Amino acid sequence: MDDNKLTFDKITSDLTHHIRINKGFLVWMGFLTVSLVACLYAYSLQLRTGLGVAGIRDYVTWGLYLANFVFFVAASLIGMLISAVLGLAGMKWITPLTRIAETIAVSFAAVAGLVIVSDMGRPERLAYVFIYGRPQSPILWDVTVIITYFALSLLLLYLPMIADMAILHRKGALPSWLKGTYKCLSLNFTDTPAQNRIINRSIRMLLILLVPMALSIHTVTSWLFAVTSRAGWDSSIFGPYFVSGAFVAGSAAVIIAMFFFRKNYKLQDYITDLHFDNMGKVLVTVSLVYLYFNINEFLVPGYKLQRADAIHLTELFSGKDACMFWIVQIGGLVLPILLLFFRPFRKPLPILVISIAVLIAAWFKRYLIVIPTQEHPFLPIQHVPQNFVVYTPTLVETMITIGPFILVLIIITLISKFFPVIPLHETAVEKGVEDV
Amino acid sequence: MEENNNTHSPNEPEKSKASTRRDFLKNLGLAGVGVATGAAALYSGHIFEAKKEATGESKVLLTQDGRLVSVDSLEIKSHEKTGEDLRESQSREGIPGRRWVMVTDLSRCRNARKCISACQEAHHLRPEQYHMNTLQMQDSPNTAPYNMPKNCQHCDNPPCVAVCPVDATYKRPDGIVLIENDRCIGCRFCMAACPYSARIFNWIEPKDAAKDQGIEYNAELNVPQKLGTISKCLFSADRLREGKLPYCVEACPNSVYYFGDENEDSVTNGTTKETVRLSKLLRDNGGYQLMPELGTKPRVYYLPPKNRLFPFEEAKDATPEKV
Repeated sequence: MDDNKLTFDKITSDLTHHIRINKGFLVWMGFLTVSLVACLYAYSLQLRTGLGVAGIRDYVTWGLYLANFVFFVAASLIGMLISAVLGLAGMKWITPLTRIAETIAVSFAAVAGLVIVSDMGRPERLAYVFIYGRPQSPILWDVTVIITYFALSLLLLYLPMIADMAILHRKGALPSWLKGTYKCLSLNFTDTPAQNRIINRSIRMLLILLVPMALSIHTVTSWLFAVTSRAGWDSSIFGPYFVSGAFVAGSAAVIIAMFFFRKNYKLQDYITDLHFDNMGKVLVTVSLVYLYFNINEFLVPGYKLQRADAIHLTELFSGKDACMFWIVQIGGLVLPILLLFFRPFRKPLPILVISIAVLIAAWFKRYLIVIPTQEHPFLPIQHVPQNFVVYTPTLVETMITIGPFILVLIIITLISKFFPVIPLHETAVEKGVEDV
Repeated sequence: MEENNNTHSPNEPEKSKASTRRDFLKNLGLAGVGVATGAAALYSGHIFEAKKEATGESKVLLTQDGRLVSVDSLEIKSHEKTGEDLRESQSREGIPGRRWVMVTDLSRCRNARKCISACQEAHHLRPEQYHMNTLQMQDSPNTAPYNMPKNCQHCDNPPCVAVCPVDATYKRPDGIVLIENDRCIGCRFCMAACPYSARIFNWIEPKDAAKDQGIEYNAELNVPQKLGTISKCLFSADRLREGKLPYCVEACPNSVYYFGDENEDSVTNGTTKETVRLSKLLRDNGGYQLMPELGTKPRVYYLPPKNRLFPFEEAKDATPEKV
């Protein structure tokens, strides 16, 4: 980029030119809306006739919905890694990626709350959790930390946006209703040193708070399993195992989002190959940590082969779930690590392909954590119908599982469409361009 | 600050005046707190004295958790509750003075499954829904197979109760773990936590949903069953309240079950109606619990399947292919 020509107006127009309603946006939103309606219809069936429309039964009682919930909480953790960990460590290159990461965090955290409601036998009694809530139950802890994390993430998405809203209100050639909204959201920000100090200080405080809160949400989610005595769940490393796995899924999600935003919103000058290269290094680092926890999680019980563990691990390594298990472990973890060691694979297109593989594998990994354990309880499963013994997800259940993904895409699309994907004010400040 | 106020710097008359006023208010506040504390102390002393005076005679009473306590007779108030209140509190408080316990003699079980049908009929369950299920067990390749009736173990350290987010499942002082399906949100955390697979869920409309409409929910019977909520063995708490043995215990044709009260150290066989000492029965027959290593402290004991009275036969399933 020619630095001489880089003016404030250029940055503004580069980062905000996508804020308009075009045909592509309408078609994409139309497609998402129709898909969401289909999934909502599936959920209405479940509401009317009960959880029996899903394949879950008395032994595998937590199925796709719970696996999906764990996946959504996992993906939402990336906001904390990018903004808080890398940001507080003083990494400057993350500036154009922070809002993407926060958008992913907010949308996945919000939808995770809905996913868990779809798993309730009595969703109309949701309020009981607050009325009769027992603090002894990890569910109460999970509800508390997820709500807090969502609130913090939302604030962290919003605060850096206040300055951008003020700029958009002043400069943008936009419809008046949109300008009015921006004015409202900008809270009369006028870029005075005092205002900037307040915002920067608040952001820093949020970043610090975000670290323990993000660790909590996924650690507590892992405890939903680890507090039971079942083989495959009864593990003292479940917290860090889940957290490291979450960073893998989240990094992959951010890379995928970076690729499409850069392409569709023409942000090549701001999200450069260097960013993909760096994110590739982040992904390989967190994947290595996750691999380490995987080795611990499978090798130690696999060495001892206590009775229940032996049944569980045999099914995973060479039994019914072996195919999925090895594809997920090799295709979604070992192979990506090996490939990402080499610079050519950290170029945008190769790393997009790798990230998609990692993200899909991450979802199936949640399936492998949640479901096989329940197919082998301590006492034998006898005198029950065949569909109680082997879990097979139904079509309705699959649609209710896909629904949340569509909802996340809708939220991400809307946020990225009506707000700058890359922090405008921050970018200008970093590039040393003044608003005149 | 404090020192500045006291020196009354002549250069700052305004500030000094304001500080004096603040000091005055502060002192007033302190005085107020002091008076309130004193009054509270006096009042509690008065209450204490008043209590001491109420000396009737001392009565010895048995509490619900089976302890003997002595209480001043003037302190005893009658317990007045009616209708729904009573049922609700009864099902939470249990039967006073009891510690229910079950002993299952594995040497006698021939998998007649009469306990299962009696239970399913009483609790309005479908054929594939078991509060009580007889499993065909074989502990290792060289040991003999045996039939093992398995119900809720009514653990004294119940993992299901610990994880329930809304207090819908609870442990009563008489040892029974119950479910309030008016409260259950259907999260199934209790099912995941139970190592005995004792809990079932109403995935589809319960069998007698239409017939049971309008019946008031009885937590001690778990009827009517409700869609989207948990169900499980209740030790037939409704029968115990009437002084009868549980449905399964009474239905067994092969004298497998003993049921009784740990406080009385006696259990009664459901078939022969013979009452024996619990401690002696367990001692003489090598009674044990299921998976005691998990720390759940079950209230169901098993007598080992030695000298079995019947040959082991493979069981035939009566349940549908798919539900």
